[in-house]
Amino acid sequence: MRRLMVSILEQPLKIPGGLSLASNKAQSLREPLRQAPIPERLIVPLSQHIGEAAEALVGVGDKVLKGQVIARSLNYISAPVHAPTSGTVTDIGEYPVPHPSGLKGVCIVIHADGHDTSAATGLAMDNVFAADAADIRQRVREAGIVGLGGAGFPTAVKLNPGPQRQVELLVINAAECEPYISCDEALICCCTQDVIDGVRIMQHALGATQVVIGIEDNMPRAIECLRDGLARAGSHDIRIVPVPTTYPAGGEKQLIYALTGEEVPSQGLPADLGIVCHNVGTAAAIARALLRGEPLISRVVTVTGAGVRNPCNLEVRIGTPMAEIIEAAGGYTDQVSRLLMGGPMMGISMPSDRVPVIKTTNCLLIASREEAPPPLPASACIRCGQCTDVCPARLLPQQLYWHAHAREFDKIQDYSLFDCIECGCCAQVCPCHIPLVQYYRFAKTEIWDQERQRQKADLARQRHEFRLERLEKEKKALEERRAHARKGLEKRPKAGDADAKKAEIAAALERVKAKKASQDAAARNIDQLTPEQQARIAEVDARRSGDGTAGR
Amino acid sequence: MLTATLALGILSALFGLLLGYSAIRFKVEGDPIVEQIDALLPQTQCGQCGFPGCRPYAEAIAAGEADINQCPPGGDSGIQALAELLGVDPKPLNAEHGVPQEKRVAVIDEQTCIGCTLCIQACPVDAIVGAAKQMHTVVAEECTGCDLCVPPCPVDCITMVPVKQDIVTWKWPYPESDTRPIVIARQA
Amino acid sequence: MDFPTQSSPYLPVANNLSRLMTQVMLGLIPGALAMFWFFGWGVLFNLTIATLSAVTAEAAMLTARRRPVKATLLDGSAVLTGLLLGLALPPLAPWWMPVLGAGFAIVFAKQLYGGLGYNPFNPAMVGFVVLIISFPLQMTLWPPPLGMHTGATLGFVDTLQMVFGGTVPAGTGLDSLTMATPLDAAKTQLGLDYTWSEILARPLFGHVGGYGWEWINLAYLLGGLWLWRKRAIHWQIPGGMLSALFVVALLFYIADSDAFGSPLLHLFSGATMLGAFFIATDPVSAATTPRGRFYYGAGIGTLMYVIRTWGGYPEGLAFAVLLMNMAAPTIDYYTQPRVFGHEEQ
Repeated sequence: MRRLMVSILEQPLKIPGGLSLASNKAQSLREPLRQAPIPERLIVPLSQHIGEAAEALVGVGDKVLKGQVIARSLNYISAPVHAPTSGTVTDIGEYPVPHPSGLKGVCIVIHADGHDTSAATGLAMDNVFAADAADIRQRVREAGIVGLGGAGFPTAVKLNPGPQRQVELLVINAAECEPYISCDEALICCCTQDVIDGVRIMQHALGATQVVIGIEDNMPRAIECLRDGLARAGSHDIRIVPVPTTYPAGGEKQLIYALTGEEVPSQGLPADLGIVCHNVGTAAAIARALLRGEPLISRVVTVTGAGVRNPCNLEVRIGTPMAEIIEAAGGYTDQVSRLLMGGPMMGISMPSDRVPVIKTTNCLLIASREEAPPPLPASACIRCGQCTDVCPARLLPQQLYWHAHAREFDKIQDYSLFDCIECGCCAQVCPCHIPLVQYYRFAKTEIWDQERQRQKADLARQRHEFRLERLEKEKKALEERRAHARKGLEKRPKAGDADAKKAEIAAALERVKAKKASQDAAARNIDQLTPEQQARIAEVDARRSGDGTAGR
Repeated sequence: MLTATLALGILSALFGLLLGYSAIRFKVEGDPIVEQIDALLPQTQCGQCGFPGCRPYAEAIAAGEADINQCPPGGDSGIQALAELLGVDPKPLNAEHGVPQEKRVAVIDEQTCIGCTLCIQACPVDAIVGAAKQMHTVVAEECTGCDLCVPPCPVDCITMVPVKQDIVTWKWPYPESDTRPIVIARQA
Repeated sequence: MDFPTQSSPYLPVANNLSRLMTQVMLGLIPGALAMFWFFGWGVLFNLTIATLSAVTAEAAMLTARRRPVKATLLDGSAVLTGLLLGLALPPLAPWWMPVLGAGFAIVFAKQLYGGLGYNPFNPAMVGFVVLIISFPLQMTLWPPPLGMHTGATLGFVDTLQMVFGGTVPAGTGLDSLTMATPLDAAKTQLGLDYTWSEILARPLFGHVGGYGWEWINLAYLLGGLWLWRKRAIHWQIPGGMLSALFVVALLFYIADSDAFGSPLLHLFSGATMLGAFFIATDPVSAATTPRGRFYYGAGIGTLMYVIRTWGGYPEGLAFAVLLMNMAAPTIDYYTQPRVFGHEEQ
């Protein structure tokens, strides 16, 4: 096992590039976290994060209980889905989901019965700190927990660094760097104990020797809550490090750099450095699942912006339509102009408020025209290099733009397109108003698509070549058979040779007999059946002889 | 005069040697050209180019017997790639061979299928499964959308259905123009 | 409720092209005022004529190319090209010189390449080079700086008549109205085997960089530092250029202080500061990587010294900038920053 040395810096570093943005978090932090009402109808998508979609386990008309698994994960990088409340499944079908494409995805629609009756989940563990890491991971997986900070990577996978890697440092990401978003701060202040418990469980599961909570230095209230909580719990070994407030200091790679000075290798994982990074919300979700048996069926969502009457933080059931949450926050003001899921730098703009909240919905920003104005007309790049100054990945955004613009997908990868985290800093400072991030996204999806096409073409080529080979072989075999038959014909006795003919007939009869005998022998294999089995066979035979499609 | 001639002579000899050396030293070993062409073709095996499959077409291009603009599934980007590989000017798709169409996949109406196996024999990539007098079905992941199974079907039970775009295959659109970022798909 | 969609980010963008160009223009004010102070009305005529010509040429080309005229003119880049060329020309140059220079700069060096953002060469410097190659005589029409007059001083009307009519006031001649610039004079004198110490003793050479010129350069330096503070320019290009010029000049000065001018003379004479902060920093034609910008600036500084010292022209800025424009893509290619999480190449 490779021994790694990571240490937490005394003084956190400033990340490369980045922007100072007005934080705009105070609006939504005026009142404490509260529960959003459970809507009548919940739309629960089967795919809520990167990785494979889950497979529905319930049917239309089924009654479900809160916390019951309604879709299971089929894949390692996947997570099951639970019923957010008790009720009846009324539909399983395609509904609009929160995705930049505005396309529909398969969702389970549940009509709430209003009782919110819980199912027994069996997730809680008696003594979690004595439990085996694999057992903890299994429960985290069953609880459907995914990273609540960003892309929603299944947490159980990240809790498993693999047998070759030793995890030294667990980094808890509480640096909510994007403006407007305050759900982590609200959660820390209201559920400090859950956060600390979750951190402890993760530390135990990972076997990490050090734990650090990275938090932005403009969140003094959250820092205080954590300090108090840690002191109460006697957890003096967990360090809290306020990092300088810069967007995007809360990016995983950026936060690790700020705290340790280490750069996560491109295409690599923090685990390559002996570090694992989890979001605070994920920690709290783990505590709730493993200590109280609650799977991931709700999350904290910041509802904010000038377009909503009472900006606040709400605990929302997964599957709640966004319109209902906005209603719970006082409804729209007349300034509403855009609905964003996530913050103003990396959020996704929603085509409608009918889409549901999913596990990765950290914020609903109902922006006014002033907060999110329509895009300005773009002009040609003047190569001023301001984008280079702010790029946290130290890329050359204008070079990437140039090649994306020209659709030169090979060259754009020479400039490390896939190290771009799409933070939007470059587009934010561009004096030419070029939609840089969209160019990069265009290029990325285009390259992925080309890769898919290439794989498909390879498969087709392989299958075609195999087919040609097979046809060739068949042709050869046919020719051989024909040649053989011709030879046999030549050897056959001349017509009129009665004895020979008789012998031939006898031989044919013999062959028929032998065949029949072997068939009988085969039939004997299903002899001595119980009447039950025979009845079943008869049933199958009857079905077979009936409508050919009935079995479908 | 003599010095100048000599100097020039020596210089040219030196440069000649240098060039000759680098030609050997930095020689680029490439795939045979047919492989490279074949790698750029979409492998639909549809035969619209007039050759029985992508590889024969690649061989014909390499031999100079076919033009680079005969492959409708490859479309303009395919022609562009071929032109770049072969160092020739790209040209528009030859309409005689068809027009580019969106990606499609064959679907057999299983109620109508009589199990004649004709489509199975026509499929260039063995993407149709079934046996004589048994219902056939298309393995969608393996279907190249070549259309070759459609004509042989005696009961017209095969239709070519456009591949539906889903969230996994969705691509960000190219920003509409330099002067206006695109407004992306709106919900119906 | 339905909403419009777009790609992130969404926050209002404060930065825009005309703001950037306006900042550069504001930064030019101290230097331009200093030039006006020392060289009189001709400076203003040059600025006005060059700017008007540049804008007219830009408008004409945009119309011909069927591009939006008003929106593009408002970005201010044509105005800036005109201003920079106007500041580089001798104040007593006939009116058609700025017209020709600015027209050539906009039409050939900018619009024919596709307009702002696509020009590989600095348009103002292309205009300048065309003029200095074609009309070397007219490019020497510098009046003596204020306080150096040997003959009559030119008032507003006199200058107007000279620039537009080509007539000199009665009783004077071109020779008495113009005077070689310090760099030009030094070149001539060095050719006559004078040493620098002898040359510098003349009043024309002021304290360090030539009478008047040192103040003009100082004013440009101030404007440039303000620009840098405003983040309109990066420090690397002026930093690279000035330090290279200083270092190269220092080396030769140490080697032979009679044959080579002092580093301070090079920093504070001619178009050094105007070039360092306002011309070499034109982003379109410059290198864009952080390290590349420094090398690009250093290249300009070095070439400028070479041309000033051994070249056929007294000032080498324009040629140095154009030569380094050519090298910019190569510099960019070889100076890519180490991407986050990548090994050092």
